[in-house]
Amino acid sequence: MRRILSVLLENEPGALSRIVGLFSQRAYNIDSLTVGTTDDKTLSRITITTHGDDRVVEQITKQVNKLVDVLKVIDLTDMPNIERELLLVKVYAKDEVTRASVTRIADVYNGAIIDMGKQSYTLQLVSSAEKIESFLDMLRHESDIIELVRSGAVGIGRGDKALKG
Amino acid sequence: MNKGQFNGSELVVKALKELDVEYIFGYPGGSVLDLYDALFQQNDVKHILVRHEQAATHMADGYARATGHVGVVLATSGPGATNCITGIATAYMDSIPMVVLSGQVPSSLIGDDAFQETDIVGCSRPIVKHSFNCRNAQDIPSILTKAFYLAASGRPGPVVVELPKDILNPQTKFEYQFPNNTEMRTYHPSVKGHPKQIKKAVNAILDAKKLVVYSGGGIILSDTSEQLTELVESLNAPITNTLMGLGGISGTHPNFIGMLGMHGSLEANKAMANADVILALGARFDDRVTNNVKKFCPNATIIHVDVDPTSISKTIPAHIPVVGCLATVLTQLQTALDNNDKRIDRSAQEDWWRQITQWREVKCLDYAKTDDCIKPQTVIEKVYQVTKGEAYVSSDVGQHQMFAAQYYPFKHPRQWINSGGLGTMGFGLPAAMGVKLAFPDKHVVCVTGDGSIQMNIQELSTCLQYGLAVKIVSLNNRSLGMVRQWQDMMYDGRHSSSYMESLPDFVKLTESYGHVGIRVDHPDQLDAALEKAFSITDKLVFLDIRVDEKEHVYPMQIKLGAIDDMWLKKGVKG
Repeated sequence: MRRILSVLLENEPGALSRIVGLFSQRAYNIDSLTVGTTDDKTLSRITITTHGDDRVVEQITKQVNKLVDVLKVIDLTDMPNIERELLLVKVYAKDEVTRASVTRIADVYNGAIIDMGKQSYTLQLVSSAEKIESFLDMLRHESDIIELVRSGAVGIGRGDKALKG
Repeated sequence: MNKGQFNGSELVVKALKELDVEYIFGYPGGSVLDLYDALFQQNDVKHILVRHEQAATHMADGYARATGHVGVVLATSGPGATNCITGIATAYMDSIPMVVLSGQVPSSLIGDDAFQETDIVGCSRPIVKHSFNCRNAQDIPSILTKAFYLAASGRPGPVVVELPKDILNPQTKFEYQFPNNTEMRTYHPSVKGHPKQIKKAVNAILDAKKLVVYSGGGIILSDTSEQLTELVESLNAPITNTLMGLGGISGTHPNFIGMLGMHGSLEANKAMANADVILALGARFDDRVTNNVKKFCPNATIIHVDVDPTSISKTIPAHIPVVGCLATVLTQLQTALDNNDKRIDRSAQEDWWRQITQWREVKCLDYAKTDDCIKPQTVIEKVYQVTKGEAYVSSDVGQHQMFAAQYYPFKHPRQWINSGGLGTMGFGLPAAMGVKLAFPDKHVVCVTGDGSIQMNIQELSTCLQYGLAVKIVSLNNRSLGMVRQWQDMMYDGRHSSSYMESLPDFVKLTESYGHVGIRVDHPDQLDAALEKAFSITDKLVFLDIRVDEKEHVYPMQIKLGAIDDMWLKKGVKG
C-alpha cells in the first residue's frame, strides 16, 4: 500500500543521507522524496512516499524514528491529509489542433501553460500524484512528451493538527 | 600557553578524562599527530598501541563488554579509519558501547581526495548508532559528551567522531567548558514499559501452562542478570539464553535449559517449539535462533521486551510488545506478579518440567570420546575445570566458538565475550586483550582456531608490549572447521578452500614474540599442558592443541525446518 511519511529532523549536514541510506540499507522502497527547511530553521521536513505491507511500513516508521537526527515521524496516510506535487512537462505543440487540445487539457486539470517554443508548450500542474498521472495520460493521447520533471509529493494533515518541533 | 587556554587536542584529552576514560586503543598517523602529542603530555588517559586498527576496535569492544564502560578507539584518517570498519560493524551488531575518534584531513582539503582522506562518516553510516563531523574545536567537549551518552544509553552502539586536523591544531587556543547536560531534543530512549502492556504480559505469564523465558544480550548489556534470576526463580520457569545472552543466568542454574538456536540444546529448542507463552527479554529473534520463521513456535503467545522498538516484530510478530529498558520493565513485571492474587498453575508447570526433563535426558551434548585424538569438546570441558568456571572467555568465530558456548557453562554475565551478530573472525585475541587490561588478575582465555587466530595474530606483539598474559586455547583442526562442516553436510564433502594448508609452527611463532608456546598432540598430554599454561600468570601462553579435524558441532538445526528440527549427530534427528 502507498504511504506518505512526514519526517521532522535536524537541519544538519548528513541528516538526509542517513534517511536515504536507511532505505537502501534495509531494502525499503522510496517512490519519491522531498526535503526543505521549516519555519524553524534548525529543522528540515522530509516527505517520503513509499509502499509496502503494514509490517514493512511499521518497520520503516520505527527505523526512521530511531535515527538520532529524527525528531518526529508521522504516517500522513493514517489521517485526513492534503497531498500536492508539482509537475513541469514539455510537449510537442506544432500545429493549431494540438495546441488547442493541449490548452483544453490544461484548463480541465487546472494546469497552466507557462512557456512556449516554436514547436512546444511547457505546462505546469500542482496536484496529487494520481491526478498528475491522469493528466499525463491525456497529454500523451493528444501529443508527445519531450521532457518532464516531478517534484515528488509534499503532504500536510488537514484541520488544526500540526507536525511541529 | 596562557593559563586556562587549551588547543583542540587538549580539549579532546580533557573531555576524555572527564568522561572517565581509562584506556584508549589506537594507532597514530599524520592527521592525529597533534592529538598524540597531547596524549603524550599527560598520564590520565592511557593509550594502548595496537598493530592494526581493526584490533584496536576489538580491544575496545572486549573492554566494553567485560566492564560495561564505553570502549574508546583512536585512528588516523583514511586507512586508519577504514581499518576500523569491521570492528565498528562488530560492535554495532552486538550493541556494544564504543566511541571511535577518527582523524580527518584539514577542513580546507575535505572533498579534494587529499592524502589519506576518506569520508569515514559516510563509510560507517550503516553500522553506527550515530556519528559526528566535528567542525569547530569549541564543540569538542559537547560532541564527545553526546557521543558517549549515545553510545552507552538506550540500545548501546558505536559512535564515530571525525576530527579534522585543523581543529586539533596546537596553535589555536580555546576555553575549556564541559557541558552540564547531554540533552538532545531528538533522542529519548524508552525507559518504562507501558502499564497496560505490563498488565497484559503478567496475565499471559500467569495463564501459561508451558512458559519459557528466552533471554538475550540485552540482559548482559543492561546488567539485569540478578533481576532475571529472581524472576525465573519466582516463576520456576525454564530459561534459555541466546549466544549473546549466555551468563545472563548461571549456566549451572537448575532452571537453565541451555542455549537455543542453530547449535542450541535439544531441550531449549523443544521447549520453545512447544511453549504456550514465550517471554523474550532483550533478544531479537535472530535467524540463527528462529530457523524457518514460518514454522516458528506456532502455539506461543509472544511477549517481547526490548529497549529498541525496531527489534520488536521485526522478524517474528509479538503478541504483547513491551518497549522499555529491562531494569525498569523487569521491576515492573516482578512487582505486578508479586501483587497479583492469581498464581501460576503449578500442576501444569510440573507436567511441563517433566516433559523438559525427558528432552534433557537425551543428553544432546554427549559426544564419542577416543584415546587416539583430542576432541575439541573435551578441551573446553577441561578449560572449564582448570579455571573453575570463573575465567573470562573470548572466542573467535567458527566451530570452536560453538563448542565454547556449549561446553563452558558461564556463571556470570559479561564473562563470555564473542562476536555473535557479525561473526567476526579475528575478534577473539584483541577482545581478550581488552578484557585482560580491565581485569589483569583474572584468567582471560581466548578460545580460537587455526583459521581465526591468524586474522589478528600480529597483536601478539601488543601483548608483549603491555604484558597481557592472555591464555590462547587454539583448537587446531588444520581446517576452517565450520566451513568444512557445512561442506561435509551440504556439499557432499567438497572442501573448497576450507583447508589451512600452510600453517605456521604456532609454538615458534609465539616464542618469537616473546611468549610461551605449548603444542598438544595427544589426549594424555592435555591435562598437564593446561595445568602448566594456567599456572603461568605473568606470560601469554599459546596452546596449540591438535584436535580431531573430523568433529562436527552438534546438535544442529536442519535448514528451513522449525526451531526444534535438529540433527543430534550424523543421520540422527532429534
